[in-house]
Amino acid sequence: MARFRIRSWGSDTPSMSGILWKLGVLGVVDAVATTMIMVLLGQGRYWIAALSIAVLLIVNWIYLRKGGLPAKYLAPGVIFLLIFQVYVLLFSGYTAFTNYGSAHNGDKSLAVQTIQNAAYRTLDGEDYSVALVKADATGHEALLLTSNLDQRVYVGENGQLAVEIPAGSYTLSPKCADPYAEDVTTCMHAAEKAVGYSAVTVDSLSPSQKLSYTSLRVATDLADPTVGIKTADFSTALQVQATLAYDDKTGFFTAIADDDYGNYVKGDVFKPSSDGYFHINGDVNSAKLDGGWRVEVGFANFQTIFTDVQLRAPLIKVITWTFVFAFLTVLTTFILGLLIAFLFNHEKLRGKKIYRAVMILPYAFPGFLSAYVWVGLLNRENGFINTVILGQTPGNEGNFPWLLEENPARLAVLLVNLWLGFPYMFLITTGALQSIPPELNEAAEIDGASGWQNFRLIKLPLLLISIAPLLISSFAYNFNNFSIIYLLTKGGPNDSGVTDYDVGGTDILITFVYKIAFSGTGQNYGLASAFSILIFFVIATISLISFRRTKAFEEIL
Amino acid sequence: MTYVPSKRKFNFARWFLRTGWRHLLGLAVCVFAVFPILYILSTSLYPNNDINNTTALFTAFSPQNYIELFAQETRPFARWYTNTVYIGIVTSVGSVFLSALAAYAFSRLRFKGRRGGLLSLILMQMFPSILGLVAVFSLLSDFGQVFPIIGLNSQLGLILVYMGGALGAGTYLMYGFFNTVPKEIDEAATIDGASHARIFFSIILRLVAPVLAVQMLLSYIGVTSDYVLASILLSDPNQLTLATGLQQFINDPYSKDWSMFAAGAVLSALPSLVLFLFLQKYITSGLTGGAVKG
Repeated sequence: MARFRIRSWGSDTPSMSGILWKLGVLGVVDAVATTMIMVLLGQGRYWIAALSIAVLLIVNWIYLRKGGLPAKYLAPGVIFLLIFQVYVLLFSGYTAFTNYGSAHNGDKSLAVQTIQNAAYRTLDGEDYSVALVKADATGHEALLLTSNLDQRVYVGENGQLAVEIPAGSYTLSPKCADPYAEDVTTCMHAAEKAVGYSAVTVDSLSPSQKLSYTSLRVATDLADPTVGIKTADFSTALQVQATLAYDDKTGFFTAIADDDYGNYVKGDVFKPSSDGYFHINGDVNSAKLDGGWRVEVGFANFQTIFTDVQLRAPLIKVITWTFVFAFLTVLTTFILGLLIAFLFNHEKLRGKKIYRAVMILPYAFPGFLSAYVWVGLLNRENGFINTVILGQTPGNEGNFPWLLEENPARLAVLLVNLWLGFPYMFLITTGALQSIPPELNEAAEIDGASGWQNFRLIKLPLLLISIAPLLISSFAYNFNNFSIIYLLTKGGPNDSGVTDYDVGGTDILITFVYKIAFSGTGQNYGLASAFSILIFFVIATISLISFRRTKAFEEIL
Repeated sequence: MTYVPSKRKFNFARWFLRTGWRHLLGLAVCVFAVFPILYILSTSLYPNNDINNTTALFTAFSPQNYIELFAQETRPFARWYTNTVYIGIVTSVGSVFLSALAAYAFSRLRFKGRRGGLLSLILMQMFPSILGLVAVFSLLSDFGQVFPIIGLNSQLGLILVYMGGALGAGTYLMYGFFNTVPKEIDEAATIDGASHARIFFSIILRLVAPVLAVQMLLSYIGVTSDYVLASILLSDPNQLTLATGLQQFINDPYSKDWSMFAAGAVLSALPSLVLFLFLQKYITSGLTGGAVKG
């Protein structure tokens, strides 16, 4: 603060309007934050509420006290960074050491509920069309059942016998209950509303509410709680018998009937195991129940990355292509950009401005649109490239398979990326060329250097020195260039089932990781996060090299 | 350069070797650069009832595709457009303002943890944002359980995520620009009795206003081009942005949808193209972050 000592005889007292502004903004922030804290308290989220109160107090202290100037400028940004970057980083870091994913989605109680929900066998008997409702009086969830046998309508709540509703107290759906019925006039209709119950649409339900409806069992025999009527698909309900019983005290599942699919037999006992699943007698090598919970798994995800045989072949392929893709992209865009920059670095060329304006167009065209446009251009049967530029027959399935086979797709990705990237290279090489002192050029000419020698021995080395950091960051950018790959090919064309992993011919590391986390059936956030951390280190290393060549670090360190 | 007498007879071979080939190559590259854009413009103007292929560009001109595009009830293009502009403007203004505040502190004030702060900014922006998707998704879904207005499927939530993501890089860039404003200016202002807030808002921000504008523009373009975050966080058709919405048209190239997509693409690209052409020079300097003087 030494250099600001000067203000002690300047004006430490801000103007009146300044104070009013400050108090006004702070007042609005306080009001909004207090409301939010009230809501949090109302919902019983005490920890978050306490944290919010602490943050609010700190913010007020920062802005109301005298001095502490840096904090006043940094506070808003820091709060944002803490929530959206630091938290995100820590969460990803933590997730890398867990088995979080679609198979291990929540805590153990959720897993128990999911398992109970799925553990049943279908009994022969009456089946029903179903509508989801809520009892107006109690707010209890209930199923409105229309018998497919005689069209009588019942309503049932969890654990209670179904009650028949007299005709006139329910409304039939205008739609056919059986979508395949040929004659609409004679087809069966299902009840969708009943007096005293309000209808619930499936689309409006959150996942946990859906789980709650699928867990609902309408009793058919009060003496035997293992049998009942349940719906799994929200349109039909069947008579079922539970095959597993959960004991709250011991925390074990016991099979009370054989599983229809032969996964377990009556009498098997499943105990929670360290891998986040219920296994027979807790032995992780024995059969398990589908539906796990999130547990910490140490370095298992990293171990998978480095040792899993299923992963090895696709991973090596993806990594190789990632480097090839990033390197070739930088190389091709740089060569074309450099070529044009040299071309135009010529005083007498007319129309330079027009050329420049046209060439910058691909860069100005929004990136996502470029990808979509190229998808159309490269279409196999009717694409402009095939039918007009290459002169192939429109509509012919034997045309060049740009995005449909591995090597053509890779070529296409590089071509599109060249189109997208060369204007940038053109702009930066032009800038760098113009900053080379003209005396060097003249000196070389006097010494009798040919044009090519002048270029290769003088201009190019000078140019490379100034734009090397930009080339490196371009490499780092393309290393993670998710959108061009994903929007153009979605990483495809897909390899046909050689491994468990969803991997395609143009997948780079980041799209591959994205697929591990978000696509297909086995979404594995833990493994994807472990990959993220490794990619982070690769990019950090590349960037560090780049920074060390520039002054960026000298300024700070 | 060598002296060329003004009245010499025109020699084609000589001209070609000196400048002609440059025009030839320049034209070739221009064709490469512009044909996809001309193609989409041409497609958007081709009245398309049962189109299979257009083998020549600009054979017909009709506003039909544009009219049909705005008539789509399930795919509200006009809504997507305003959503995109709204999200883009709020995000770019907000993130540039927050970055400027932080950058001012880093550039002008000396405090404990300054170096550490700058270093962590650099490190944080190296983390690929796509890989934080799981965390961002679960964060917003938690928000949404208490405050639906900033939860999943809310534009405000998306804006907050964008702003949080842009802050690191933005602050670092802005820090570089603030350093180029001489410190003597603030010192003189201090002597004249200006408060720190006054120095920041009325002097520094005004001096770097062109840089702020370019940063806002780049941030706007970046945000409005984003596909991934928007596609994961927004789901209601009325909430979508252009990047996520227009994708619904491209599943079947060379169908009727494709022509409407072309019209939508032209309209979506227009602001960005115009801005770029007019602000070329400033954008170039903003891009290279001062590493190369353009």
